[in-house]
Amino acid sequence: MDKLRLKFSKTGRAVYISHLDLMRTMQRTFSRAGVALKYSEGFNPHAKISIILPLSVGTASLCEYMDFSLAEDRDLAALPALLNGYMPEGVRVLEAYEAPGKGAELRWLRLTGVMKGSRDAAFYTEFFGRDSILVEHRAKRGVRTDDIAPAIRQARFTDIDGGVEAELILHAQEPTVSPELMMAALGQDAPAYFRFTRREAFREDMTPFR
Amino acid sequence: MEMNEKMDALLRQVQRPARYVGGEYNQIVKDKTEVDVRVAFCFPDTYEIGMSNLGLKILYGIMNAMPGVWCERVFAPWGDITDAMRREGIPLWALESGDPLSDFDVIAVSIGYEMAYTTVLDMLDRGGIPLRAADRPELRHLVMAGGGCMCNIEPMAEFFDLCFLGEGEDVDREVLELYQKAKAEGWDKPRFLRQAAQIPGVYIPSLYDIAYNADGTIAAITARDGAPEKVRKRIVEDFDGCYYPTRPVVPSTEIVHDRVSLEVFRGCIRGCRFCQAGHTNRPVRSRRPETLLRLGKETLENTGYQELNLSSLSTSDYRDLGVLCDGLLDYCRPRGISLSLPSLRADNFSMDIMQRVQQVRKSGLTFAPEAGTQRLRDVINKNVTEEDLLNSCRIAFEGGWNNVKLYFMLGLPTETDEDVLGIAELAKKVFWTWKQHAVNKSRGVRITVSTSEFIPKPHTPFQWEGQISRAEYMRRVGLLTDALAKAKSVTYNWHDAEMSLVEAALARGDRRMGAVIERVWRAGGRLESWSEYFDLDRWLEAFPACGLDMDFYATRERPVEELQPWEHMDCAVSRKHLERERRRAYEGVTTPDCRAGCAGCGAASLLKEGVCRG
Repeated sequence: MDKLRLKFSKTGRAVYISHLDLMRTMQRTFSRAGVALKYSEGFNPHAKISIILPLSVGTASLCEYMDFSLAEDRDLAALPALLNGYMPEGVRVLEAYEAPGKGAELRWLRLTGVMKGSRDAAFYTEFFGRDSILVEHRAKRGVRTDDIAPAIRQARFTDIDGGVEAELILHAQEPTVSPELMMAALGQDAPAYFRFTRREAFREDMTPFR
Repeated sequence: MEMNEKMDALLRQVQRPARYVGGEYNQIVKDKTEVDVRVAFCFPDTYEIGMSNLGLKILYGIMNAMPGVWCERVFAPWGDITDAMRREGIPLWALESGDPLSDFDVIAVSIGYEMAYTTVLDMLDRGGIPLRAADRPELRHLVMAGGGCMCNIEPMAEFFDLCFLGEGEDVDREVLELYQKAKAEGWDKPRFLRQAAQIPGVYIPSLYDIAYNADGTIAAITARDGAPEKVRKRIVEDFDGCYYPTRPVVPSTEIVHDRVSLEVFRGCIRGCRFCQAGHTNRPVRSRRPETLLRLGKETLENTGYQELNLSSLSTSDYRDLGVLCDGLLDYCRPRGISLSLPSLRADNFSMDIMQRVQQVRKSGLTFAPEAGTQRLRDVINKNVTEEDLLNSCRIAFEGGWNNVKLYFMLGLPTETDEDVLGIAELAKKVFWTWKQHAVNKSRGVRITVSTSEFIPKPHTPFQWEGQISRAEYMRRVGLLTDALAKAKSVTYNWHDAEMSLVEAALARGDRRMGAVIERVWRAGGRLESWSEYFDLDRWLEAFPACGLDMDFYATRERPVEELQPWEHMDCAVSRKHLERERRRAYEGVTTPDCRAGCAGCGAASLLKEGVCRG
């Protein structure tokens, strides 16, 4: 069975598992569950799995997607419960289905989070409401300066006790803007502590990604 | 484990935070309000090293199988998190619950390497546990230790309440059962310790008085309060039927040995005279191949690992290795699981197995001749001949291997410059063997020669030897470097002698050394098996500051009559045997392996019938 997709969440202690380690964990989970992944041909075979959008260490998610192929036929509806019996704490499979399209169709992410620093909601609202937000980041070839304003579709901030609550809709692929990059754009005004959760994924036209 | 904001903020600043949070598949979580004894199993090294340790997996499984006991894991934090922990006032925590060490009844420490001593103190202190046993008057916060270093744990004696000599499977359980009873009945600590001293294999350091002579040597070791004069090590007699962790915790982050480690046998039939493990783990006890196949399959299924390693002190010596490998390969091949063997002996049989197992990857072969000449190999009883080695290399080169690593020691007893130069000669012969037999010479060959300094260890025939000085080691390294300078395709690596010196002193140290270890720790010493954290100067400062001389312990040759600090530790191989083996070493006479002929070492006395089957 080819072109299958898993939707899963990564929360709690699992947010500290890195992208590469998560790939290994997924592979072992399938193996423990006795579900045979399809392997690539060749000298050094590897399981055909790919996680669509790598997640930063420390960020939680309720909408992660992994594409995979199986070496056998399986009832996809039964797969989540089966795999969940073999997962480490904090990783939960929500759905398994045939991928209706390419992973590249995932374009926007809605995230929520908390930020704790010296600035309030009004400050962040003004800052991320600007027409141009320049941020330097390390790219493959040296340091690049990008304008991330066009990639921020929505940035709402609300003061709460001890910090600011944020709700963001960010472009996820080509170009990619992450909460970390937004915090970096704040420079000296970046909050000392922040934590985000991916909530929902959309296609370019803001219809739900599946 | 609850992730509060303080912890989350801390973990965001460090590398590989997954190693600090637990939550892995197969971890064991119990309701702490419903257990009566909580054990913190401390491994004095990083998560990546500790989680690779089979002993930890075994004891974690055994303790957690006990009703009323919850055992959790604690590892040493890396240097990028320790300062922040102190600054934020976060004590060292256990992975399963996130609770600090001070919340636990029992702190169990596993030590297999002397260089971990300062890390043990560091972990206790970070967990809020007073270092010295005398400063822990209550039954609570009992600190107990086990592992390979227990055959001479005197340097750490003042920090530990209770030590286990030998294999922990049975004795750990017996001690915890006694602790449960003591806690339920409200015993005080002295009563518990006196009682525990009656359990075979248990060593209570505080029940022994040590008297010293004017020259610093030991005059007498005296047991008190009914403690045994000699503590005899425990073993698992029925190794085939004994517990093996088929459901170990599977790390969510990569560790050093990220695979199933199947222990095929314990002990060693070889009597290499420098080898501590080979003497302290006797007698040999094996698992049957059917048992190993079943355990291997079960563990692979329960973990999802893609690699299985056959572990032991000398896996080539497993009687049914061929049958076992074939059986495992039948299971592993179709599932894409690879089988790996640790370093093998240089003989035909091993090469045949090697070729069957590693059909795809021909990365490298490792041999450990240990000494450069036959004379010296006979002295150390490393029963490998030059012919064996070159023959194995020939088979390897014919089979397409082109990378050979050769391990040697410098500073072995009776070593001369001729023996040192013999290492270079041997490396050159390996190169000529490649030239004559390689199937594809265009790829070249890589021969790596590595030397480390010989460290005399307790309970070996060389326990009385002096270690050569650092300067002398460096002179011999220079000699070998020159001799190999023009050798084609040979790379020479030598291990630094600084750590070996400290290791030699600690390995054969006595109780007075506790002050030195504490001083080094207070000066910042921790994780010292890592070269980036090791600092010889701290030790050079601490020894004289505590009124001790490092050379007295490391480089001094000890008279055979001298009472050694570990004389009350009975690892079942008799002193008589060690003395005899030492004499034979100096005569250049080898002793056959246990199967070729029993040397009467004494270890068979641990078995019920008193007969060791090798």
